[in-house]
Amino acid sequence: MSTVLIIFYILSAITLSTAFLTIYTRRPIHSAIYLVLCFFSIAGHYLLFNAQFLAIVHVIVYSGAIMILFLFTIMLMNLNNEDEVHKPRITRLGAIIIFVLVSIIMISVFINSKTIMGDYDNSGVDYQSIKVLGKVLLNEYMVPFEFASILLLVAMMGTVLLSKKEKSGK
Amino acid sequence: MGNILNQIGIENYIFLSVLLFCIGVFGVLYRRNAIIVFMSIEIMLNAVNLLFVAFSTYHQDAEGQIFVFFSMAVAAAEVAVGLAILVSIFRNLGSIEIDKLKNLKG
Repeated sequence: MSTVLIIFYILSAITLSTAFLTIYTRRPIHSAIYLVLCFFSIAGHYLLFNAQFLAIVHVIVYSGAIMILFLFTIMLMNLNNEDEVHKPRITRLGAIIIFVLVSIIMISVFINSKTIMGDYDNSGVDYQSIKVLGKVLLNEYMVPFEFASILLLVAMMGTVLLSKKEKSGK
Repeated sequence: MGNILNQIGIENYIFLSVLLFCIGVFGVLYRRNAIIVFMSIEIMLNAVNLLFVAFSTYHQDAEGQIFVFFSMAVAAAEVAVGLAILVSIFRNLGSIEIDKLKNLKG
């Protein structure tokens, strides 16, 4: 067993267990902390693929921006209490059954399709350094890139509009 | 440094992504706190992004990573708008349990 495989297994164990604990813990703050750990381990997976740009962007966007938003919302609403009422038992049982069934079905489908995948390419061409990614992004994907900026602008305006306190004219 | 998939195998990444996605689905169905539901949606998005990067390495092609970049932008916008909606729901109802959001039911 190579070291890369051992690193992969450790990272996967961290990813899956923290993702599960995110859902399982009662306090929302603990969920947010576990989610940060999950995102960091996914950034570790990206580093394992040697996708440096995505790893950095993932840490900045998810562990930085999105988690700050979550934590601020939890703290603003003062939601950090454990007295959340559970869903009815039948709903929870249904959720567990659906989880088990979907994972069994999808994994068995992919196990049976394993033989089709042949050997892996190793052309040695650089395809994922920041230089190459920037060239692809700003040449072939110029228009979607600009649309992404428009999307972010519209989302920002929508957020401000939605969360602004309405003038009480009643 | 050779292709990393020669040592790990694409099927391991497929299984990891499938399990992560199923955990996200489980979270959406299991919890009634809307913020945790949002976090589960983020977990699902991340599972798909991970698979995109895996197949980008499999085909030795940069386009999968470009797509992940765009989906991160969409996820950031989605979280910002969603949390703003949650804040205004909290102002109107005093809680964000999704089982209480049944005004449209009549």
